[in-house]
Amino acid sequence: MRKIKFYKIGILAMNVLVPVFLFSQKSQTNVTIQFNHFVGEKLLTLDDSIYYNSLNQTFTISKFNYYIGQLKFNRNDGSSYFIDNYYLISEDEEKQSSKSIPLTTIPEGEYISLEFIIGVDSARNCSGAQSSALDPINAMFWTWNTGYIFMKLEGKSKFSPAPGTILEYHIGGYKQVENCIKKVKIPFNQSVKIGKNNSAQIQLKVDVAEILKNPTTIDFSEIPVVNNPLNATVIAANYADIFQLIEIKNEK
Amino acid sequence: MKSKAGFFFFLFLICTAFVSYVHDANPYFIITKKDVKLRLPKNFPTPFYTFKNNKLKPEIFLLGRELFYDEILSKDNTVSCASCHERIAAFAHIDHTLSHGIYGRIGNRNVPALQNLIWNKSFMFDGGVNHLEIQPISPITNPKEMDETLEGIVIKLKKSSKYKGLFFKAYKDSLISSERMLKSITQFVGLMISNNSRYDKYIAGKEKFTIEEEKGLQLFRSKCVSCHTEPLFTDNTFKNNGLIPDSSLNDIGRGLISGKKEDYYSYKVPSLRNIERTYPYMHDGRFKKLKDVLNYYGSKENHTTNQHPEMNKIGELSFEEKQNIILFLQTLTDKEFLTDRRFANPNFKG
Ligand code: HEC
Ligand code: HEC
Repeated sequence: MRKIKFYKIGILAMNVLVPVFLFSQKSQTNVTIQFNHFVGEKLLTLDDSIYYNSLNQTFTISKFNYYIGQLKFNRNDGSSYFIDNYYLISEDEEKQSSKSIPLTTIPEGEYISLEFIIGVDSARNCSGAQSSALDPINAMFWTWNTGYIFMKLEGKSKFSPAPGTILEYHIGGYKQVENCIKKVKIPFNQSVKIGKNNSAQIQLKVDVAEILKNPTTIDFSEIPVVNNPLNATVIAANYADIFQLIEIKNEK
Repeated sequence: MKSKAGFFFFLFLICTAFVSYVHDANPYFIITKKDVKLRLPKNFPTPFYTFKNNKLKPEIFLLGRELFYDEILSKDNTVSCASCHERIAAFAHIDHTLSHGIYGRIGNRNVPALQNLIWNKSFMFDGGVNHLEIQPISPITNPKEMDETLEGIVIKLKKSSKYKGLFFKAYKDSLISSERMLKSITQFVGLMISNNSRYDKYIAGKEKFTIEEEKGLQLFRSKCVSCHTEPLFTDNTFKNNGLIPDSSLNDIGRGLISGKKEDYYSYKVPSLRNIERTYPYMHDGRFKKLKDVLNYYGSKENHTTNQHPEMNKIGELSFEEKQNIILFLQTLTDKEFLTDRRFANPNFKG
């Protein structure tokens, strides 16, 4: 009996000590990217708010998830800092923290723009089982036609002829003919300065309304559902320009 | 009194230890390092899946085997991978034209054999799945097959003391994740290699064919190898072999994935290894016997006009020719593979 108790105390001690040890390691956030979801000028609220597309059709939104990755911070001398990682951003009550990406490894320096891709690069679409953001458990994955779903936008509209008047846009596809990977570049209006005691916040606006227009206006009565890389490129062309800089906050 | 109880407790311990020793030690189910060594047949091409990021290990293979035979992977815990993929049928499903999933739901396609999978460039009749590790997600989440979610399975596995133990033994820490589950199943199915049929021994010069088998091989080489290429008996492409589409299934095959008109009704050229055991045949299981398959290939009737040009070269086959081709196809049965103890159900009682 004694032995078992000691053993338990040992585990308890480990449980306390390991996190303390981890926390004490210096890995301070020096850049935070914040994704603020809008529909036009209104903040996105799931389910309850009613929005209008550019054809004046009403709709609600029940889900909005997307992948971004391959962040590149550009300096004014043409060099850059690259992060080979993916983030799944989700407007979900339980995943609010996903809308903020805290970065701890940005080297000291001055940065003038940020680049990233919407989607997941083709190599990672062909590499088998993966973990973290790219774990297929996140249900951002097509099983019948292997590949990540880069963006899910779901909701309802009385204009939708689909069963249950649903709207369901599942966009993805990495093969050449159906490529939905889009490059995004965000020029900064003031440089991001990272130093020993300087950190920064980058506030981005993500406009869902842009997914449904420009260049192609989505008529809910004609395209209520996209669930196949073969016809997703139209919407991918629309989502290339959903990101906009709101502001840079350099902090001391 | 005290010492008596102690004695019985001691006896009990010895007994349980012995029983578990006997259970673990059943040599039939033991997997050693030697058992998970990848032995690539010399005359096979380089495989597409190499286990480079999934290093073969007895404990991981064992975990994969448990998962393959466990109904825990389905929503109502009634269907396992092995419910559809039976060992005696080279892991196809004997005598079912279309797959049967949970609640008796009927799937859209016939269950293919599982063999030499690491040489497959893609999976499924339409090639929709691009990687062996990803493949199990498809039956797991298909409502007509296991109707589960990866999340649901990981939750169930985390609650199971059996799997806690197996994952720990396999990975040396207590993380249970979808990635590990998928990779362990991949070790199990990836090692299903069939290259010990009489045909293989004939090629290696270790065994002789009968005159009929010899004739069958020659016919096969002149009429069938353009698609069913040796030694894997598939060229890893998608072809239309002329079957008239079954309008009740509405299965356009490769066209579903590529969207190209010319790929409509093309299906993956299946390997013909162990073909004697994997009946019924074709993506929809329309032919019950090899005789039916040969009657189809050897006549002009019931073929679509847009079949692959190689099909037109086959021409009429006489009764004897068909007979000889069948006799040859039967030399592709690999008894060693079909009875390989490594792939047996470890929980089989009876
Ligand atoms: C309900 C029956 C059923 C269950 C359960 C099932 N499968 Fe299958 N399996 C099939 C069918 C049918 C196909 C062919 C599907 C297609 O082409 O669309 C298939 C295809 C496959 C293939 C691809 C073979 C090839 O050469 O392309 C593999 C590998 C496989 N299954 C492994 C598994 C594993 C591992 C499990 C358990 C996680 C499993 N299956 C569970 C019916 C089933
Ligand atoms: C043009 C390419 C092509 C040629 C030539 C060809 N086949 Fe096939 N074969 C296929 C395809 C594709 C399938 C799968 C069709 C399906 O699943 O519906 C198939 C399926 C089969 C099957 C059923 C396999 C299974 O597991 O269900 C057998 C048996 C077979 N072929 C034997 C032959 C024989 C014998 C010949 C020569 C007389 C031959 N094939 C010539 C393409 C070809």
